[in-house]
Amino acid sequence: MRVHVTVNGRVFERDVEEHKTLLRFLREDLGFTGTKEGCGAGECGACTIFLDGKTVNSCMVLAVEADGSAIETIEGEAKDGRLSVIQEAFDRHHAVQCGFCTGGMVMSVRELLQRTPKPSVDQIKEGIEGNFCRCTGYQQIIEAVLDASGQKELADKGGLKHA
Amino acid sequence: MNTTDGVFRYDARAKATGRATYAADIKLTGMAHAVPVYTRFVRARGLRVEVEAAKAAPGVLAVLVAADVSGQVRYGQIEPDYPVLAQDLINFEGEVIALVVARTRAQALAAAALVVEEAEELPPLLDPESALAPAAPLLRLGKKDNIVNHGKMRRGDAEKALAGCELVLDERFSTQFIEHAYMEPEAAVAIPRPDGVMEIHGSMQHPFSTRRFVAAALGSLLAGVEVFNPPMGGGFGGKDDTAALVCARAALAARAVRRPVKLVYDREWSMRESYKRHPYKLHYRAGFGADGRFRAASIDMLCDSGAYTSVTPWVNWRSLVQCCGPYSVADVRTDVYAAATNNVFTGAMRGFGSPQVNFAVEQLMDMAAERLGLSPLEIRRINMLTQDGETITGQKLDGHVVSLGQVLDAIVRATDFERKFAASSRGAARDGTLYGIGLALSYRGASLGAEGADFCSSIVNCQADGSVILDAAIHENGQGAESVQMLVLAEELGIPLELIRRQRSSTSMIPDGGTTVATRGTIMGGGAVAVAARELKSLMARTLAPKLGVESDRVVFRSGRVGVEGGPGLSWEEAVAAMFAERIYPYAFGTFRAPKVSWDEETGQGDAYFTYVYSCQAAEVEVDAATGAVRLLAMTAAHDVGRAINRALTMGQAYGGMVQAAGMALFEDLAVKDGRVGNRNLDRYKIPRARDVPDLRCILVENADPSSPTGAKGIGEPAIELMAPAIANAVYNATGLRCRDLPIRIDPKELS
Repeated sequence: MRVHVTVNGRVFERDVEEHKTLLRFLREDLGFTGTKEGCGAGECGACTIFLDGKTVNSCMVLAVEADGSAIETIEGEAKDGRLSVIQEAFDRHHAVQCGFCTGGMVMSVRELLQRTPKPSVDQIKEGIEGNFCRCTGYQQIIEAVLDASGQKELADKGGLKHA
Repeated sequence: MNTTDGVFRYDARAKATGRATYAADIKLTGMAHAVPVYTRFVRARGLRVEVEAAKAAPGVLAVLVAADVSGQVRYGQIEPDYPVLAQDLINFEGEVIALVVARTRAQALAAAALVVEEAEELPPLLDPESALAPAAPLLRLGKKDNIVNHGKMRRGDAEKALAGCELVLDERFSTQFIEHAYMEPEAAVAIPRPDGVMEIHGSMQHPFSTRRFVAAALGSLLAGVEVFNPPMGGGFGGKDDTAALVCARAALAARAVRRPVKLVYDREWSMRESYKRHPYKLHYRAGFGADGRFRAASIDMLCDSGAYTSVTPWVNWRSLVQCCGPYSVADVRTDVYAAATNNVFTGAMRGFGSPQVNFAVEQLMDMAAERLGLSPLEIRRINMLTQDGETITGQKLDGHVVSLGQVLDAIVRATDFERKFAASSRGAARDGTLYGIGLALSYRGASLGAEGADFCSSIVNCQADGSVILDAAIHENGQGAESVQMLVLAEELGIPLELIRRQRSSTSMIPDGGTTVATRGTIMGGGAVAVAARELKSLMARTLAPKLGVESDRVVFRSGRVGVEGGPGLSWEEAVAAMFAERIYPYAFGTFRAPKVSWDEETGQGDAYFTYVYSCQAAEVEVDAATGAVRLLAMTAAHDVGRAINRALTMGQAYGGMVQAAGMALFEDLAVKDGRVGNRNLDRYKIPRARDVPDLRCILVENADPSSPTGAKGIGEPAIELMAPAIANAVYNATGLRCRDLPIRIDPKELS
């Protein structure tokens, strides 16, 4: 089937098999490999992207279902080579270890901050509930989100001064 | 940059922008795709695999079975027992009987369904006790029993000493199969190069171990395989054997079809086939004097090695060294057995045999304290190893600062332990909830110890403009090892980090430095970098001293300058240029050889490790009196890491380790039943989510270690070995119920 999508502002038109997931379409056919497959079952969140303004697990959507949609992936987060506020904070707070969850995690954080510009720690935990991270114990991710949302004093309360 | 402040991760931007290229992201022209075909049996013999129909399917380029393996079918880190493709016997449900290679992955998957397997099914051996029974069928090829390993400790006379003890606790504990749950499943790309070398890019923890597996399967020289490790999406000990076998299969396929082949696992395959943390059954008889002294222990452990050996003997060895915790005990008799079964095989996982024994010992200490009228702190202070003390392996701890008291005091202060311990509910619910705090204490041998030959190298290669290419034989696992190495080099040479690039080397570019395991990354990898940097400085000082008109031993490297403090000197760039003018390369190869260790297999005595990391962790929990659900309120860690090269990265290891251990304590269970992994994806295998995790705190204690070139010891594994018993003790202090089996489950009916 013929599918038209816009990814990070660029228009793509491709033939795609009906059973192909949007995740595999993005990775294999369009080359957006920053979106990862961790479970293929909609659980781990490594494949989180924006589909028409809302985050989805792209392993649970068929490419053909995305026909006509606007998609944003982690590759679109930095603009003109400049990291977003969220990405800068992830770097500054060591919220990135192996990095496999990071792309999806940043997408979920962006949605959270759009909805709740100054989230509490509990709201942050809720916002990244669907994104597994096995490396960090989430602590430095939470600190990064606090910093990215202008709450640096809370981010530093653990005694970790590193900005 | 001062190396102890700030965050430095040279790869963070690449990962945060999605530009870092992992193995599964690699795409090459003409690349074919391979998929594994699994057995339908748990145990069988007389395996026959029919592949004609699969070979005839659209797009299929080849279907490989064991008979197509040109090298060794069976290989392993200790015993050559694991078949890269199953041959005659099926020993567990994760056996790969065939490999289908096709133009697309979809075509390979479609053809895989056409492979036909026939074999004579046999009743499986499903637990270690039955495997050791006299009439048990023999599972290990060419061996006379199912005993994968028997480790011993004979120190004094445990039985006699127990007879004279005021209190003897006779207790049994058990731990479960744990999945590493690295976020990235296994992946490999193999490229058959025109020069005859097989090039591998894979998700793996150890390129050199992978090279051995690949060369064995191909029947190739080690030099005929070149392994690169792209960024790895987590390992935690889990990306050795299975990850290497995935690379070996990709290599077999690439050789067969003479083009690049990609083999990417999905989560179900990964969880079905990859090795797990060993489940242990532990029986302790621990004897204490009326004064609280831990006098004697008689210990039997039995663990499930599953279908293959992997590194089980080494895991058991660490269990042995740590079987009495960080305490001085005069009389110890321990036997640890590992049995072969038809369950999924077990191997290395972060902690490596210590989380299991700590789960027992650190609860026993609390149990003994209560019986003897002591507090958890008092009993530990009475028994813990102190400076120049002797371990249960007979090692005198006189080469470094023994800081158990410091880490324990740090936790007591940070958590206000004594007040909170007194306030713990002990079964008396208030407003429907029960509160408890608990802690655990450990010593942990750094690096390999008497498990193996321990050395690592680094190459420091200065360029004409003063920039420096750094390589080290310890590879990145995602924890930041390479960034730590860059920090060490910047500090040693007194130059800015901006001048340094970390080469992502291959197995053909630097000698084998051992695996990134056993908390070796900083102590061995960072140590090798420090040694290489010192070799370089010595060479430059000797070469440039005449030009500077000073003695070479007065030349220092600081703040981008090479010369005498307050005297003659050159800028770093001028010094490097002067070396080239002298036709002497500013280049050094350095090796850090770990100090000697020793071990006696018969008595379990010796200098097991050249240094130890001392740790204490505490947990606070709330238990719902109606449901028995355990909620974590806080987790706190204190570790003597020697020296923190980068505080943020060090703390990141502590946080991640505590949360993985909390998963072991409360959430994770592979549910292996009838030889089949019950939970094969992350929907049913529950790893901790953000909302399961409470406030985390980490206190770094720093006593620079004289045996480490950088003063640093390590943190990766100390971080995971204590939280399960700390939580179990906290749950006990909340409920009055002792949890001897993992994961912890509280039956609300037992709550009064």
